[in-house]
Amino acid sequence: MEQHETMSVDVIIIGAGPAGLASAIRLAQLTKTNNIELNICVLEKGSTVGSHIIAGAVLEPRSLNELIPDWQKLGAPLNTKVTSDAFWFLTRQHHYKLPTPPQMRNHGNYVISLGALCKWLAVQAEQLGVQIFPGFAAIEPIYDAQNRVIGVKTGAMGIDKNGMKTKHYQPGINILAKYTICAEGSRGSLTKMLIKHYDLQQNSDPQTYGLGIKELWEIPETQHKSGTVIHSVGWPLDSATFGGGFIYHLDPNIVAIGLVVGLDYQNPYLNPYAEMQRFKQHPSIRKMLSSGRCIEYGARVINEGGWQSIPKLTFPGGLLVGCAAGFVNVPKIKGIHTAIKSGMLAAENVFTALQKDSAPAELTLYTAAIHNSWIAKELQAVRNIRPAFHKGLWFGLAYSALDTYILRGKAPWTLRNHADHLQLKPATNFKPINYPRYDNVISFDRMTSLDRSNVNHEENQPPHLLLKDPAVAININWKVYAAPEQRYCPAGVYEILQRNDQAYLQINAQNCLHCKACDVKDPTQNITWVPPEGGGGPNYSGM
Amino acid sequence: MKCLVAIKQVIDPYVTIRIKADNSAVETNNVKMAMNPFDEIAIEEAVRQKEAGKITEIIAISIGTTACQETLRQALARGADQAILIETNEQFGPLQIAKILTKIAQQQNPQLFILGKQAIDDDCNQTGQMLAGLLNWAQGTFVSELEIDDSTKATVVREVDGGLETLRLTLPAVITTDLRLNEPRYISLPNVMQAKRKTLQVIPLDDLGLNLCNNIKTLQVTPPHARKSGVKVTSVPELIDKLKNEAKVI
Repeated sequence: MEQHETMSVDVIIIGAGPAGLASAIRLAQLTKTNNIELNICVLEKGSTVGSHIIAGAVLEPRSLNELIPDWQKLGAPLNTKVTSDAFWFLTRQHHYKLPTPPQMRNHGNYVISLGALCKWLAVQAEQLGVQIFPGFAAIEPIYDAQNRVIGVKTGAMGIDKNGMKTKHYQPGINILAKYTICAEGSRGSLTKMLIKHYDLQQNSDPQTYGLGIKELWEIPETQHKSGTVIHSVGWPLDSATFGGGFIYHLDPNIVAIGLVVGLDYQNPYLNPYAEMQRFKQHPSIRKMLSSGRCIEYGARVINEGGWQSIPKLTFPGGLLVGCAAGFVNVPKIKGIHTAIKSGMLAAENVFTALQKDSAPAELTLYTAAIHNSWIAKELQAVRNIRPAFHKGLWFGLAYSALDTYILRGKAPWTLRNHADHLQLKPATNFKPINYPRYDNVISFDRMTSLDRSNVNHEENQPPHLLLKDPAVAININWKVYAAPEQRYCPAGVYEILQRNDQAYLQINAQNCLHCKACDVKDPTQNITWVPPEGGGGPNYSGM
Repeated sequence: MKCLVAIKQVIDPYVTIRIKADNSAVETNNVKMAMNPFDEIAIEEAVRQKEAGKITEIIAISIGTTACQETLRQALARGADQAILIETNEQFGPLQIAKILTKIAQQQNPQLFILGKQAIDDDCNQTGQMLAGLLNWAQGTFVSELEIDDSTKATVVREVDGGLETLRLTLPAVITTDLRLNEPRYISLPNVMQAKRKTLQVIPLDDLGLNLCNNIKTLQVTPPHARKSGVKVTSVPELIDKLKNEAKVI
C-alpha cells in the first residue's frame, strides 16, 4: 500500500455549496463568540467555489437572515426582489393562468444566482478563518477500527486513462477530522457510500429525483421584467410525467429558464434535454427569448423525495446536511433555505460535541434539532404532494389542492415514494418520440449547449462513469430499454456505436456535467458516478 | 539568486469567450479567471531552477484588481516564496505594464525576470521585450530550454522560425517562456495550505509614483463570424464541382 500524506483538522466539510458553507460559517461564528480555535476545512470538487453550483433559483431569505443578519450591508448578491408570481398550465399553443398555490407565493423572496451567493458565502467563511480548497474531490470516507468515520481521502491526480501514473502523478491525501459534514448536494458519491455502509436509508422511502436543465439568456431590456417568476406544468410533458418549467427574470436583463423532469418517468424514449428545447419554443416563451442570446447551460438532479425519503442523518463521526440529506420542499421548489438551516444546526451540534464528547461520536442531537426546527414543519406538511403525482398530473393537481386547502398538510396518511430507476418500462411498450429539429435560434443541439457550460476534464484520466458489468449496457440497457442513457444524459456522455457489427456503449466522460442523472436513472443501477480528477467538470459562472 | 516572475490573470482558457452585448469589451463579470498558461510555465521554470539550487528566491508579481490576489495565491501554491500585487482598476497595454515591472525590478534587483511569452487574452507578445529594453538587460524570448550557468551567465534555447537558436545571456536578463519549456505540475493540497501563510503584499499603483498614460483606446470588440453549417456531398465529382464553382478555391 502506498503511504498517503495525512493532515488533521477538527472539522472537514465536503462540498462548498449553501449547506456546506453555512455549516462552516456557523461553526466559525461559534469559535469566535466562545474564543475557541478550530481548524475548519471545506473541500470542493469544482475548480472554484460556485463552478458546480446550479439552481433555479428563488431564495427564501429566512435562514440567511438567521445566519448572517446583516447580509444586506455585507453586499450579499440578493439583487432581484420577486415582483410577480404566476403559475401556468401550458398547452402546445396557449398558457392558462392557474391560481398560484400558497407554497409557490414568493413575496419577500429573491431571484438569485446560487453560484454567486456561494462565492459570497465563501468570502464570508474565509474572513472568519475557514479554509476552503476548491479543485480537490473527496473520494471516500476513512473508517477507524470501531467503524467510525475519521475523515476522507482526496483523489489522486495525474493518473492516465489506463490507470497508470503519469510523470505528474500526485497521490491523494488523507484528511483526518473529528467530524465529517457531508454537504455534497443531491446524490453525492461520498454520501452514497455512507448511506450504503451504515444502511442509513433502511427506515425511509427511497430517495427520488428530478433532472433540472437550465439555461441563462440575456434578453433585450424591453422584454425584461425584473423579478418576474413563472412556473409551469403541462406541455411539453405528457400528463403521466411529473415535471414543470420555471422562468425567472433577474438583473441585469437575464432570464433563467429551465425544465425539471421527474426521473420516475416510464417511457425510455423520453429525452429531457429535447423536452427543454421544445419548452422554449412555446409561443408565450419564445416571445420572451426572441432577440436574446443563450449564454449559459447546465443540468443537475434535484431531490424530490421530501420528508419520507430523508435518510438517517447521522453516523459515528459525521452527519448529512442540505441536499445530501434531501431537505427540498418540492411544492415550494426550494431547498436552499433548508440547506442553509440544516448546515447551521449541524454546526451547532458539532460545536457542542467538540466541547465535551470524545469525538468521533454519533450526533443524534442533530436529528432532534432538525425534527424540532421549521425544516421538519415545512417538509412534513407537504410530504404527500409529490407522491400524489405518481397517478399523473391531473390526480396530482387535484390531490395537491385537497391536501393544501382542505387537509392543510395534516392528512393522517403518508403517501410512499418509489425508486426512480425501477419505473422505466421496456421500450417495446412505446414508440420513439419525434422531437422537432433545433432551429439554432431558440433551441440548440446538445453539443452547442454543452459548450456554454464550459465543461472541462483532463482527457488523459481513467473514466469516472463506471459500469459494474459492461455487458449489461448492451444486453439490458440497449436491448430492453433502447439505451435510455443516450437521451436522459443532458451532456451526451453516452452513445451506442457499432464496431464490427457489434453495438457497444461509448462513454464520453469528458462531457460530464456532474448532474448524476445516470447514477439515479440507470435501470439496473449498473452505472456509478465517481469523482474525476479534482477541478474537472462544468465551470458555471452565473447559475 | 533572486528571480521575479510576472503573472497575468486571464479568462480561463477552457471558458467560452463572450462579448458584451454593447460590443465594448469581452465579458469578464462572473467569468472564471485563471493564470495565463505561459505564466504557469514561467513559475514552474523558476521553481525547477530553485529545486536545482540555481535560484534562491522567487517573487511573483501581478498587476490588476484585488481579484488578482487569487491568481497570485496559485503562484505561491506552485512554489513562489512571496507575491506582490500592484493594485489598479485600470487596464494597461504592454508598454505601461513593462514600465511598472521595470520599477519593481529596480526595487528588487533580481538576476532573472521570467515572463510568459504572451498572454492568451490580448496575444500582444511585447511586454518581455519592452521590459528588457527599459532595463537595458539581455533578453531570451520564446525559450524552450534554460540553463543557468553561474551567477553571471545563462544559456537559453529559443524557438525560432527556422529551428532552434542557442544564446548565452549575461545576467541580469529577461526570459520569456515558450510552450515546450516545461509542463507545469499539479498543485498539491498541502502546498495550497502553505500558500495561505506566505506573504502577499498589495501595493496601490499610485504608490509607485509612475506617470503612465494609456495611449491605446479600444473602439469595438466583435466576435468572429459564426461558422456556417456544412453540406454532405455524394460523390467526388460533386465535391470538385463545388470547390471549383461555388467556393472557387480550386
